[in-house]
Amino acid sequence: MEQLNLLGQFIADNRAKLLEQVLEHIGLTFISLLLAALVAVPLGIFITRRQKLAGSFLGIAGILQTVPSIALLGFLIPILGIGVKPAIVALFFYALLPILRNTYTGIQGVDSSVKEAALGIGLSKGQLLRQVELPLALPVIFAGLRTATVINVGVATLAAYIGAGGLGEFIFGGIALNNSTMILAGALPAAGLAILFDQLLALLQRGKVGKLRGKAPVLLIGAAFLSSAYFWPQAYAPGWKAGFAPEFMGRKDGYNNLVQTYGLEFNTTILNNSLMYSAVKEKEVDVISGYSTDGRIKAYELAILEDDRHAFPPYFCAPLLRKGLAGEHPELLETLNLLAGRISDSTMTLLNYRVDFEKESPEEVARNYLESLSLWRPDRAQGGETLTIGSKIFTEQYILVELFGQLINGYTDLDTDVRPGLGGTKICFDALLAGEIGLYPEYTGTGLQVLLDTPDSVIQQIITDADAVYDYVKVQFREQYGIDWLQPLGFNNTYALMIREEMGRQMGLKKVSGLVR
Amino acid sequence: MIEARQLTRRYGSFTAVDGVSFQLGKGQALALIGPSGCGKTTTLKMVNRLIRPTEGSVWVGGMDVAGQPLEELRRRMGYVIQDTGLFPHYTVEENIGVVPKLLRWPAGKIRSRVGALLEQLGLPPGQFLDKYPHQLSGGQQQRIGIARALAAEPPIILMDEPFGALDPLTRQQARRDFREIEALKNKTIILVTHDIEEAFEMANLIGLMKDGRLQQLGPPRQLLLEPANDFVREFLAEKASQLELQSVTLAGVFPQLIREAPTLGPVLELPSNTPLLYAIHRLGKEGERYAHGVTQLAGERRYFHLDELFQAYKQTLSQWNN
Repeated sequence: MEQLNLLGQFIADNRAKLLEQVLEHIGLTFISLLLAALVAVPLGIFITRRQKLAGSFLGIAGILQTVPSIALLGFLIPILGIGVKPAIVALFFYALLPILRNTYTGIQGVDSSVKEAALGIGLSKGQLLRQVELPLALPVIFAGLRTATVINVGVATLAAYIGAGGLGEFIFGGIALNNSTMILAGALPAAGLAILFDQLLALLQRGKVGKLRGKAPVLLIGAAFLSSAYFWPQAYAPGWKAGFAPEFMGRKDGYNNLVQTYGLEFNTTILNNSLMYSAVKEKEVDVISGYSTDGRIKAYELAILEDDRHAFPPYFCAPLLRKGLAGEHPELLETLNLLAGRISDSTMTLLNYRVDFEKESPEEVARNYLESLSLWRPDRAQGGETLTIGSKIFTEQYILVELFGQLINGYTDLDTDVRPGLGGTKICFDALLAGEIGLYPEYTGTGLQVLLDTPDSVIQQIITDADAVYDYVKVQFREQYGIDWLQPLGFNNTYALMIREEMGRQMGLKKVSGLVR
Repeated sequence: MIEARQLTRRYGSFTAVDGVSFQLGKGQALALIGPSGCGKTTTLKMVNRLIRPTEGSVWVGGMDVAGQPLEELRRRMGYVIQDTGLFPHYTVEENIGVVPKLLRWPAGKIRSRVGALLEQLGLPPGQFLDKYPHQLSGGQQQRIGIARALAAEPPIILMDEPFGALDPLTRQQARRDFREIEALKNKTIILVTHDIEEAFEMANLIGLMKDGRLQQLGPPRQLLLEPANDFVREFLAEKASQLELQSVTLAGVFPQLIREAPTLGPVLELPSNTPLLYAIHRLGKEGERYAHGVTQLAGERRYFHLDELFQAYKQTLSQWNN
């Protein structure tokens, strides 16, 4: 019941966004469905005429179907970039098989005596197709379209992953924030759409076989109309074209904070961290919510806008230890504090760069770095107690957990189980609270605004003072959760709005307040 | 009217039909019979080129059909098959009207033609026009199939086991009704069947096939009385006596019929090639309408009541028994 109230509240608060996502979702589904039908129906007819090709075509469509959707989207990004194009192509591939197979089966299934009689009384091949085969196969083809529609509504939730919008935005955001209300706000409408369109098509399908002929154009026009739904929200969207990560959108210190502090308007595309940077570089968006230590800032010639009204707190990074761990293994504190204050902003940026661009593995980069500090030691004897180390899903954290892991292996008797990429902040923190992991790297600003329910008055007081923020979260975490903040590693990885350097020069943009129009 | 010259069809090394030739005049009916796999259906399908002959040719009205557009050729030949092949998504009216529509007949002409055909086939149009094939009995479907083949008034009708899907009783009735369809009179018919009785009842020329070759081609009586080889004799042996009876026509008992015309009542006119048994059946069934019948042979008319026909029948029987 409470969940339901929360959901109702969330939907009421986000109804404009929800409507936009629903329209995008419908648009994505039907653009790709329409394209797939335009290709698969003629192709299905063609392979009934060239039986030898039928096996290979159906086989190819079948293989496309088995490619995991996330992987398919990943393959398409280098070719088509991010956004609506790869999403439509991927959905198109998924819709192909059911339509192709049902067209083929439907036409093959027409009683051979009916076909023989039709030819025997003098119908041409074309007349046979139009007057006999297609009308009789239509119920089967329709069933294929229904299947494809339902598949597409489902797969379209993944479009948000590559910045094409749709209801997946809430779902991905919800997963990143471990916010089940937000997940439901995306998942329930998506399920509803699948059922709605399935039933609408079922309604069209009902009735006499002969009458179905007249309905095909209705379907085509309807699908074309629904396809255009994708572009309705964009026609009205004001503001800067922005690419923001799901977590940034949902966090207290993220999007809402930024919009309130500066009074900005954005036409937002939800993008995951790894795609944001190339999206702004490729001019698919103009502003992104980057991390200040990311290796791609230099490589992509991006400029950080100065947070001149202090929307974002400092985000100094430090290891977080689960309750009681420091007491059980005091040697951990000593070991991890070997890194305290050693990693500067520029060092972290360089390490990130080496993983993102030099394509070195986080493990290798971590080891080289420890060696350069003369801190690296070979693994101590195996067989000790195992410590699980978690991380969030981005490059920096992958490197940090390797650093922690290698140090602990070298300096203590503990064994480590490194689990990078667990999920967003909430997921990592909940895992730590539950004792499922022993430690993970966290940022002071995140602790302040996301993990603690810090009163605004306190935030106002300390937000510009990095040490004050650290002291505050250290004390509060100790009191509220029994969790320990170790000493900060040295760098401040803050949220930062980034634009292309070139655009900044042309428009004279240096500060976030410069975006206000 | 229609002529096949050395029709041959090979599939790889297998020869399905081997040098089949026949000639058929206007209004004649040829039945191709034989055991399964003998090539009779393949032969039929080569006539309307559903199967292309490997060798040989088909001539219709003095023209080689190989040079003609397929669709035009087929629209001039009605085609009836065992499973009817009715279009399940078309009503009876649409099914029968398919070919006239392809030939761009005006809608009114199609409607009246469909109505007339249904009348002739004993299916009241008001009741059947808007029905779909699945709402009809097997016999009714078969008649709609025949109506569809006849709709555009083709001079030639090809039939592949037209009554094969019906149960034996319906089947016999269907065959008898078939003879009476007005629209079928004067059609040149090629019929494929595995049923000898059917062949004897419906055709005036029989082609008996085996292994792709015609074993004998001739009128029914000739096959019975002068079988060309042992296969023909054996093939017919089982049903010979029955067939012989069936092969007796009004012409065969002509001398026993009455010369002078009876004075009262309407007269049922039957052609002289009507089988005796069938004439008895008709006169018996419609005895209330017709007191007697008449037939004509070489310009001479002779009359008969049921009595004369029974008399002739008994005599034929005793002739054979002796």
